[in-house]
Amino acid sequence: MHQMTEKLLTLWPELVMLIGACACLLVGLSPSASTRKGPAWVAALTLITAAHLVIFSNAFNPDPLHGHGALAVQLDTVSFIKLAIIAVGLLLLMVASQVPDRLRQTIDAEQRAQRGAPFETGDALNGEFFAFFLFSLTGAMLCAGARDLVWLFLALELTSLPTYVMVAIARDRADAQEAAVKYFFLGAMAAAVFLYGFTLIYGATGYTQYDQIITYIHTLTAQGTPVSPLFIAGIVLAIVGVSFKIAAVPMHFYAADVYQGAATPVTAFLAFVPKTAGFIALLGLLSLAAPLGYTQLQPITWLLWTMAVLTMTVGNILGLLQNNVKRVLAYSSIAHSGYMLVGLIAAHAAATHPDAAPAQNALGNGTAALLFYLVAYGLATLGAFAVLGCVTHKGDEAQTFDDIAGLGRRHPMLGAVMLLSVLSLVGLPPMVGFLGKIYLFGSAFQHGFVWLVVIAVLNSAVSAVYYLRIIGACYFSQPNDDTQAIPVPARRIGAAVAALAALALGIAGNQLVDAVNDATITTTDDTQTVPAPTRHVSTNW
Amino acid sequence: MTIDPASLLPLLVLIPLLGALALAILPNRSPVAARGLAMLWSLLTLTASLVLAYQACQPLAHDAPTTYLDTGQLFFQSALPWIDAFGLQFAFGIDAISLWLILLSTALTPLVILGSVSAVNDRVKEFHVWLLLLEAAMIGTFVASDLIFFYICFEFTLIPLYFLIGIFGSTQRLKAAKVFFLYTFTGSMLTFAGVLYVAWFNAAHTGVWSFSIAQLVQAAQAMSAQQQTFVLLALLAGFAVKVPLFPVHTWLPLAHTEAPTAGSVILAGVLLKLGTYGLLRFALPMTPIATVAFAPYIGAFAVAGILYTALICWVQKDVKKLIAYSSVSHLGFCVLGMFALNDIGASGAVMYMINHGLSTGALFLCIGMIYERFHTREMARMGGLARVIPIWAFFMVFFCLASVGLPGLNGFVGEFLTLLGAFNSHDVLGIGYAAVAGLGMILAAIYILYMVGKIVFGPVLIPQHDTHDDPHPTPAASSHPHVPDLNAREIITLTPLAVGCLLLGLFPTPLLQTLEAPIATLLRPTGLVLADRADELTNADTTTLIVIDPTDRWDNRHPQQLVPPSSHEPPKPQPLFH
Repeated sequence: MHQMTEKLLTLWPELVMLIGACACLLVGLSPSASTRKGPAWVAALTLITAAHLVIFSNAFNPDPLHGHGALAVQLDTVSFIKLAIIAVGLLLLMVASQVPDRLRQTIDAEQRAQRGAPFETGDALNGEFFAFFLFSLTGAMLCAGARDLVWLFLALELTSLPTYVMVAIARDRADAQEAAVKYFFLGAMAAAVFLYGFTLIYGATGYTQYDQIITYIHTLTAQGTPVSPLFIAGIVLAIVGVSFKIAAVPMHFYAADVYQGAATPVTAFLAFVPKTAGFIALLGLLSLAAPLGYTQLQPITWLLWTMAVLTMTVGNILGLLQNNVKRVLAYSSIAHSGYMLVGLIAAHAAATHPDAAPAQNALGNGTAALLFYLVAYGLATLGAFAVLGCVTHKGDEAQTFDDIAGLGRRHPMLGAVMLLSVLSLVGLPPMVGFLGKIYLFGSAFQHGFVWLVVIAVLNSAVSAVYYLRIIGACYFSQPNDDTQAIPVPARRIGAAVAALAALALGIAGNQLVDAVNDATITTTDDTQTVPAPTRHVSTNW
Repeated sequence: MTIDPASLLPLLVLIPLLGALALAILPNRSPVAARGLAMLWSLLTLTASLVLAYQACQPLAHDAPTTYLDTGQLFFQSALPWIDAFGLQFAFGIDAISLWLILLSTALTPLVILGSVSAVNDRVKEFHVWLLLLEAAMIGTFVASDLIFFYICFEFTLIPLYFLIGIFGSTQRLKAAKVFFLYTFTGSMLTFAGVLYVAWFNAAHTGVWSFSIAQLVQAAQAMSAQQQTFVLLALLAGFAVKVPLFPVHTWLPLAHTEAPTAGSVILAGVLLKLGTYGLLRFALPMTPIATVAFAPYIGAFAVAGILYTALICWVQKDVKKLIAYSSVSHLGFCVLGMFALNDIGASGAVMYMINHGLSTGALFLCIGMIYERFHTREMARMGGLARVIPIWAFFMVFFCLASVGLPGLNGFVGEFLTLLGAFNSHDVLGIGYAAVAGLGMILAAIYILYMVGKIVFGPVLIPQHDTHDDPHPTPAASSHPHVPDLNAREIITLTPLAVGCLLLGLFPTPLLQTLEAPIATLLRPTGLVLADRADELTNADTTTLIVIDPTDRWDNRHPQQLVPPSSHEPPKPQPLFH
């Protein structure tokens, strides 16, 4: 019983999120018109409460390094990820504000209600939209804490299923329906692939719990018994299936179409939340195989290496060919998954190479680099999409380079946000994206992946071409008279906060770096505190 | 009132930065206010840099004979915390080389603002915001003693200049801005990888990540020849593009031609020097083995660039393009002198950087003034301007002569020293390089004087405006339309540069004296490698063919303990403000 309450204690934030989501559903159906506007506020309140609960439950962490003394909070990995999801989620919520309100369906229904006709509950989307928003975030948070394959599967699906609905309902265009259907079917296929992988892992080991699997593999390697090839096959299938969530090659095909078809605020959501869930799931899955050791896992390292290189290259090269800014940003998000895979590879190498030189400073810690970059990327990409969401072109969303022409002159604030976000995506100093790149590439060097870094920096140079097109359109082109800014203050504030955060964290990111480093330091390797022996520095690929 | 000199360095970066910020939030849209405010901030920066220079000339201790400048080490060091966990700091520190380049940057910026008063009439506020940001970034590169801080400023210069070219440039500005940005960005991304590689090498051996330049320079010297080659190539990728060294110079003529006058002046005056400064400060001391091995090739590229671009200059029709190509040719001398790897050559290279900044910057200003009057830069459409606008012609000829290297003006000193350096560097470059490069001087005289003869002297030819209301333009030579000569503002803009050229030409010794100590420090690693090689030669008494064995590690031959930074006693960061 005591164990049960302890477990529940760590789940309080998610429970509150679920309750909040249900409250959103109810509030959205209220007969009073003003209350029907409430779900966004309920969602905001829920997120803030959940954030406090994360910090609170972190304080009860039994791990001696973390918790204790709620004021000087030292987050553990799970809490850090949850807090990051909630923080970026709050910004996403601001960006998504008024999305259902601006739909034709809602406007018509509200007008009918104003004329005295009874309100048709089927026409109200406010509740559903924000409820699904919270459900998806809850799924991502559950992924962070998942230590069981079944749990992980459920959490991943809880992240994805609401997003299919959000894509479909948030924009009244056929494109959105098309995008939702594509997203759903491909997502279901990917889920089938990683679920198959999970079953193979279960079949090979007989367990679904991470700790039991790891112990089992440990025992096998200690005995010298070879592990069943099904296990490796299962890990590979799981990695490939989950790579759909992070939009990595070979599961990236949906991204451009879905990102283009979805309402821009929802696109911002898609670019961060499922991706975060996917990367966390990958970190967990790779930890299952870690006891096998470096040599046995070479095929998996190769797989990840190839995926990283292909993902960033394909993303950047296809990004060059687009005329639609949303598609450009979609490919940019694919390319950034490639960079983050570099961090994942470093994390993987650290976990499988117990004798490798441990990171003395934060630099070199792949897990931390990945998490840091997720936040950096999330802020920047959110800012860019939010700016797109703030302008309309002839009543439809602004999408092409022509639509945003001269944005910086007509709307200096939106232009500045776009500029800062894009510069952060390029990885130019002094934006946080630059620190993220130091972190990622530094950790890759730590494990000797020199060529991977060279390919990554060349990719950054390629990506600058299309990012510059965005800046050029905003600042160097004649303003487009058909483009108008829409009056959604919360969305603008969200965009501005994201861009300023990207700048501020670049100049003064000490706190975030420390937090992310402290959060990951015990979970990756216990030998971290041992001074590094001078070792032979070997060059990897 | 006493000012802690160490706090001046952060201030030098902060003043233009704050100025840009103040200007950006200035609600007043009047161009006069924007110009005035920008001028004020840039003058404030200039004052701060002059105070800095004065402080640097002070003796180290009371009554001590040596000044800060004579130490050859970075002085006025201070540091602001940044990312402790990465070992990153906003660390400041300068030596004489950086001090001179800081003075060059802070002096050029107000002149450029003054020179652009009539050229920029649209989006004036934006123009000055970018200009001040650019100044902050330029100064930042010279005051940084943390490699990533340097790199940040180095990269950040791209953004303001991208906007200056893209918004305020001429017809092909979009293409020029894009090419400029992508070309240099690609190079510097490789430099970034190289820098991280060195930092990782240091971290792998000391166990602590650090980006302090002093620490990394020391660590990098322990790398094997092969590793040094990689790092040198990575550094060259960024810095050689910036210089620009032949054959990666192709972005420069376009950028220069399309940039507004202010952009061209800053680009030629300071930004190109970031490349040579980077090579001198990082490539030479960090990768001595690779540098010695590659210096002949780099020298060959420099010489090829000198001649090739000089020949290109000869056939230019556009004056600005001619000056742009001449920059490539001139910086070839600078690189040649640097890779002579002796103190004469390197001093000459630094001298050349400053001279080129003054004279080429001034030439771009002169051409900008012509363009404002005639809206063309084609040499075929103008001539005999000495009779029409004599004051302008005086300055033009003066700066052309300075640029060509007329003895008595500054260009001569740098050119002479770089060639002398190449001539004297028997074990790296040698007579052949100097002789062929000397040919470049002759070519320079030809193309510059050809240009001067064409547009300043000869029969008067005044370009006509292609105005729509005047379908039958009168032949220019017959009726001299009134062309205003330089006004007081323009004279004030050019005079300080002319004085600078003259002073540095007549009295180069004070400048050269200050360079001795820091250059000796920077050349020490390569000097050791060269001495080592000479020893081997005499001992082995074999042919002159030298093959550097990649397995032959530098640290094997010179067992040199890498000291972790804790014990190595870095100069104490001084508290910023008392």
